[in-house]
Amino acid sequence: MIQFERVSKRYEEGHDALREISLEIARDDLVFLTGHSGAGKSTLLRLIMLMDRPTRGKVRIDGRDLATIGSRGIPAHRRNIGVVFQNHQLLFDRSVFDNVALPLVIAGYDQREIGRRVRAALDKVGLLARERALPITLSGGEQQRVGIARAVVGRPRILLADEPTGNLDPALSAEIMALFEAFNQVGVTVLIASHDLALISRLQHRIITLRDGQLVGGAA
Amino acid sequence: MAANPGQRREGASASRARLGDRYRAWRDHHSLSAADSLRRVLDNPASSILTWLVIGIAMALPAALGIALDNARAVSGSWDSPAQISLFLKADIDEQQAQDLRLTLADRGDVGSAQLVPRDAALAEFAELSGFADVVASLDDNPLPHLVLVEPASGVDPAVLREAFAALPEVDQAVLDMAWVQRLNNIMELSRRLVLALGGVLVLGVVLILGNTIRLAIESRREEIVIVKLVGGSNAFVRRPFLYTGLWYGVGGGLFAALLVLVALLFLDGPVSRLASLYQSGFELQGIGLIGSLQLILLGGLLGLAGAWLAVSRHLGAIEPR
Ligand SMILES: Nc1ncnc2c1ncn2[C@@H]1O[C@H](COP(=O)(O)OP(=O)(O)OP(=O)(O)O)[C@@H](O)[C@H]1O
Ligand SMILES: [Mg+2]
Repeated sequence: MIQFERVSKRYEEGHDALREISLEIARDDLVFLTGHSGAGKSTLLRLIMLMDRPTRGKVRIDGRDLATIGSRGIPAHRRNIGVVFQNHQLLFDRSVFDNVALPLVIAGYDQREIGRRVRAALDKVGLLARERALPITLSGGEQQRVGIARAVVGRPRILLADEPTGNLDPALSAEIMALFEAFNQVGVTVLIASHDLALISRLQHRIITLRDGQLVGGAA
Repeated sequence: MAANPGQRREGASASRARLGDRYRAWRDHHSLSAADSLRRVLDNPASSILTWLVIGIAMALPAALGIALDNARAVSGSWDSPAQISLFLKADIDEQQAQDLRLTLADRGDVGSAQLVPRDAALAEFAELSGFADVVASLDDNPLPHLVLVEPASGVDPAVLREAFAALPEVDQAVLDMAWVQRLNNIMELSRRLVLALGGVLVLGVVLILGNTIRLAIESRREEIVIVKLVGGSNAFVRRPFLYTGLWYGVGGGLFAALLVLVALLFLDGPVSRLASLYQSGFELQGIGLIGSLQLILLGGLLGLAGAWLAVSRHLGAIEPR
């Protein structure tokens, strides 16, 4: 589903964020991506989202070389991938419902379908009762769950998450991870970048480890 | 996989809705963007009114000057044809021949009227007007020729007529008295160009003001733009609300401009018609009219779109998720 072939990423300042990364993530898999701060986890996810292009090497999604996608094709590519990013998350002047509906509005679904799907997604993350609330009135964990609902509402085949449990307590973190496992169960390929080794080593999934931009474990 | 389209929509492909749905959604997003942009504009009445006023004044100025010019043209056009051709006849033409010539000329279709000023009458008039009566009386001979004054029929080019008259055998010199008409026309033309130039400059100003306003709007919603792009919003999708914002600012500005012109005209109407009645003229101030107002509003809308387009194309591309 996701393939990296000898991918390197050098930022303009000459810093190598990724070096010769080759890895493959199978369809329907759930994989953790870990490593120290600055190891290149976010960079790897950004390449999949086409927020950046690799300096060398190929990234393939579903067999398709991402280098063949021009800037006009980027929006359509992103609509096929759900993302949960720790920073820039929710629109704080819109209700929970409107936040979750955003990908569907962009993709051009009609109002009834949007209503149905948004409620289904909110139901899965346990926030159906809060659809009219403004995000600012929600706790950190609830906001993160709204972000997850938004990521899955378009039923993407791939779900990426960057530090989804970054500032949550252990119980909430476990809950969030359980949510990702549930989505993985219904056929979504999930890739989660996380520091939280204690948590992810308890869950029985493949773990890819980066160190200074190089792969040190889990390449499979 | 089932071929049934109803079921395909339930499938895993997230980005694809059916074509009809997509069209409806596109239309919906237009009305949604339009309404949302209008709400944002109206939510900040103080700054919006200020923007509208600035644009309104910038548009009202050339519009009002243009209207003033139209009125001036209407006034000057209502005067009787001011051109007059003076035909100085040759010295050997006697008064009877001069009278015959006058009659022939007066019968021509391109001549409005022709009047004979016999040489003696001309001399007498000269003596009276110049105060040189004694000098004139002492002259043995009248040095003046007979003079025929011709007014061209309306619509006839006086310069062409002058050429034709100059070729007549009886005529020594044909002089067109229209220096001042030409001067007036030149002034009118100059004013028209000045108004056009001023209008061009102010239109550019309006586009830049709106561009800057939209740039600020973009800046204040940077975070939102990033999120929309991250979840797959196309450039067109991101652009749309800002184009509508520009449209609303422009349309509002055009409306203000029309109102300003209307108020100015109401203010001038009384004095102008009093002045006109003093001169026994039926002249009435021409207003901007419904069509003119609509044109101003339309122009405002177009300028708003142009300004928004300028801002959007310069600044939206730079906002990418990082
Ligand atoms: N836009 C950028 N320009 C230049 N260097 C960058 C940029 N983004 C990241 N880097 C550098 O690339 C390296 C990898 O960064 P990355 O964000 O991928 O790390 P990370 O593993 O996600 O770290 P963290 O756990 O702290 O989020 C870091 O050294 C970082 O300083
Ligand atoms: Mg990171």
